[in-house]
Amino acid sequence: MELRPQIPAGALTDKWERHRAEIRLVNPANKLKHHIIVVGSGLAGASAAASLAELGYDVSCFCFQDSPRRAHSIAAQGGINAAKNYQNDGDSVFRLFYDTVKGGDFRSREANVYRLAQISVDIIDQCVAQGVPFAREYGGLLANRSFGGVQVSRTFYARGQTGQQLLLGAYQALSCQIAAGKVRMYPRTELLDVVVIDGRARGIVTRSLVDGTLATHTADAVVLATGGYANVYYLSTNAKGCNVTAIWRAHKRGAAFANPCFTQIHPTCIPVTGPHQSKLTLMSESLRNDGRIWVPRQRGDQRPPDQIPENERDYYLERLYPSFGNLAPRDIASRRAKEVCDEGRGVGPGGHGVYLDLRDAIRRLGRPVIAERYGNLFEMYQRITGENPYVVPMRIYPAPHYTMGGLWVDYNLMSTVEGLYAIGEANFSDHGANRLGASALMQGLADGYFVLPYTIGDYLAQAKLPKVDAGHAAARQTETEVAERTRRLLLVNGRRSVDTFHRELGRLMWDRCGMSRNAAGLKEAIQRICVLREEFWQDVYVGGRGEDLNQSLEHAGRVADFFEFAELMCHDALEREESCGCHFREEYQTPEGEAKRDDARFSHVAAWEFTGVGKAPVLHREPLAFEAVHLSQRSYK
Amino acid sequence: MKLTLHVWRQAGPSARGRFVRYDVPDGSPDMSFLELLDVLNQQLIARKEEPIAFDHDCREGICGACGMVINGRPHGPQRATTACQLHLRHFADGAEIWIEPWRARAFPIVKDLVVDRAAFDRIVQAGGFITARTGSAPEANSILVPKPAADLAMDAAACIGCGACVAACPNASAMLFVAAKVSHLGLLPQGQPERDARVMQLVAQMDAEGFGACSNHGECMAACPKEISIDFIARLNRDYIRGTFL
Ligand SMILES: Cc1cc2nc3c(=O)[nH]c(=O)nc-3n(C[C@H](O)[C@H](O)[C@H](O)COP(=O)(O)OP(=O)(O)OC[C@H]3O[C@@H](n4cnc5c(N)ncnc54)[C@H](O)[C@@H]3O)c2cc1C
Ligand code: FES
Repeated sequence: MELRPQIPAGALTDKWERHRAEIRLVNPANKLKHHIIVVGSGLAGASAAASLAELGYDVSCFCFQDSPRRAHSIAAQGGINAAKNYQNDGDSVFRLFYDTVKGGDFRSREANVYRLAQISVDIIDQCVAQGVPFAREYGGLLANRSFGGVQVSRTFYARGQTGQQLLLGAYQALSCQIAAGKVRMYPRTELLDVVVIDGRARGIVTRSLVDGTLATHTADAVVLATGGYANVYYLSTNAKGCNVTAIWRAHKRGAAFANPCFTQIHPTCIPVTGPHQSKLTLMSESLRNDGRIWVPRQRGDQRPPDQIPENERDYYLERLYPSFGNLAPRDIASRRAKEVCDEGRGVGPGGHGVYLDLRDAIRRLGRPVIAERYGNLFEMYQRITGENPYVVPMRIYPAPHYTMGGLWVDYNLMSTVEGLYAIGEANFSDHGANRLGASALMQGLADGYFVLPYTIGDYLAQAKLPKVDAGHAAARQTETEVAERTRRLLLVNGRRSVDTFHRELGRLMWDRCGMSRNAAGLKEAIQRICVLREEFWQDVYVGGRGEDLNQSLEHAGRVADFFEFAELMCHDALEREESCGCHFREEYQTPEGEAKRDDARFSHVAAWEFTGVGKAPVLHREPLAFEAVHLSQRSYK
Repeated sequence: MKLTLHVWRQAGPSARGRFVRYDVPDGSPDMSFLELLDVLNQQLIARKEEPIAFDHDCREGICGACGMVINGRPHGPQRATTACQLHLRHFADGAEIWIEPWRARAFPIVKDLVVDRAAFDRIVQAGGFITARTGSAPEANSILVPKPAADLAMDAAACIGCGACVAACPNASAMLFVAAKVSHLGLLPQGQPERDARVMQLVAQMDAEGFGACSNHGECMAACPKEISIDFIARLNRDYIRGTFL
């Protein structure tokens, strides 16, 4: 396996422009002859499918929900970044680029991130034209807010439902193309494998979630826009269906998996209430703009928050990071929260919580202003906890939220399998070791609207693609393997439910490969995962039939993949002997407990090659070169 | 908490359905309603019985996947709350709860509590969009949108497409859903060029899907987890008349 990043020559600022000028174009008359499969209908998938269809390609789009509008992107709350500099506060393409590279702790590719910052402005134009009801100022211009650890106001938002509105924009564009007959939409259909013929991705095998029918779809290119894998932890802020299956199966067919251990733990989520907990709910971090985070100074202080006087509170982020305070990046805010809780100063049931307190802001700005800014978030909090945040400070705790790792892709977003693309959260993306708030929506839409539709043409224009259909031997073989695996899951007929296995795996990953990691813990985790995986295949009970709507079977397939993937995640975390961004290795920290990066040894992307289940994966390194930014220790003090 | 559930079980679209009684001895007030079903399903699986099928994904009240009629009310008793966000603290210990799927001709039952809402997608496909090809957009701030219009458009756009409005309506009408889309786009300057055509196309598709007519019961608004106002239906009617006479 060889990693060819395909970064165009020339100055950073001109690379994309030049690349676009040099890219081969597909003859418009031929476009309809190219069938492209897009798996996923989130921001990345829906925008790509719609844009490709507009260009004239023949597109099929798949999602596992009953409607493309329900993809997980719908849940994004806070906003989307763009370097419009509408606030005249010194923002620019370069600054957005710089913030993203620095925020990612210098583990992303300069050229990709710069392109992302350039494209960010076009995304806003596109979304406004589609009718996305972004927040406005009284003069009718677009409003902005500052978000997630940066010092300019570059975040565009639609109340607390930005993801919903952006996704509806993309979904409507997609619907327009479906109506025009240019996209065939397959909802309630799950990808279970990728068909690779002569080294190129030529199709997928799917299972209908309604009646279990397996089908092979062939194409000239396959685009995976299947989102992130934070559900490897079981409890996360992701929707229940989020999974690693599509990219994992692609990995097993030859696509390198990059930086799997880079997983983001979000600092502001509602704490766990009990063993029944099925997911965790994010409270948008925009709350950190006006909220102050604190715990009691005293261990085990059981007094209600309003009875703890000011001088007995520890506003620990403000204390430790005077210049960024409560806006310190996510990884830092999360780790510090865990630390104060581990010290026994956590609040709420079980002591796994810290206060996020808007009292001062309510006093300063008045309740109506706070209600206008955060009303729907407050309501959501109250609905879940039964507590009124206008009166009692919210309790929050970190939770798995986003995965920076994903399929390795080159500058054209193509994986190491020719003709197989990965976009959105599914690729290893532009966020390095840590993603800044409001940047995932930006990246998903950049990939889908403005990058992939060009770069895929370059491939299609030159690749020699003999006709293949579902009868091709390799396609039939793949479909047989999928059928066999499904049959095996049903046959085990053991004693434990899929859910209990998933929970146990999740707990293990959270403890050993979560917010902080160490070599001993990771090695132990790898062993335990293997044992648990064995047990899963011997003792799981799925029930029901394959030829039916069978949610237990769907879950079983996903958990089986998580079991294989979890091992890779631990290998990656073990191999990376440094702390950077969200990856905190306890062995590598400064005396003050800050992450210690090791640029000499680890300034690279770790791209893993699959060699077999339970076999040691092979590591390939893509060195990262920094020309425009100076590698500094991140400091938010 | 101890709860007694009567859940609609139906093996497939053409199978006969019926209520089945289940006792859940270990509910907790902090559980969400879907977590209650999870707990029940774990019990069923332990007994090697088939778990209850129900749609869900985000569990945050935003994807619109979940939806079931709880004690006769879509999404249950709490105002502005989806089933996934409904918590058991709103039920008394020992309560008896009846759970059934959305019932509407245009939403055929797939299995248990799962229904087919593809009709909503087809309504949007009929014209619930602004045609804006990728790459053709003007600079964003060249389009001014007065704040009140943007806010009202956002109120309408908040619809999650769950179908509770249809399930609540005695006529199984989709007027609130359609009105929300028509209003969201029709309130914005970008939506003007296609405004008249859009309303006609959406209403025609709604009728073709077999949704009933609106006779102003207002049940839809009461059931809507996003509290979409029936004022939007009045707006739709105005636009429809405008579209008819143009
Ligand atoms: C609660 C929450 C809030 C967030 N808030 C923000 C925010 O404010 N700003 C920001 O920038 N980012 C935010 N994020 C992150 C952001 O929402 C996601 O990273 C982004 O939406 C991912 O988009 P996507 O298109 O890559 O994937 P998704 O939206 O996850 O879509 C995945 C698609 O793939 C399909 N799929 C997956 N697997 C399969 C399969 N095997 N077969 C068939 N189909 C499959 C699914 O059906 C779905 O359509 C938030 C995330 C969460 C969880
Ligand atoms: S599961 Fe998404 S709205 Fe209830």
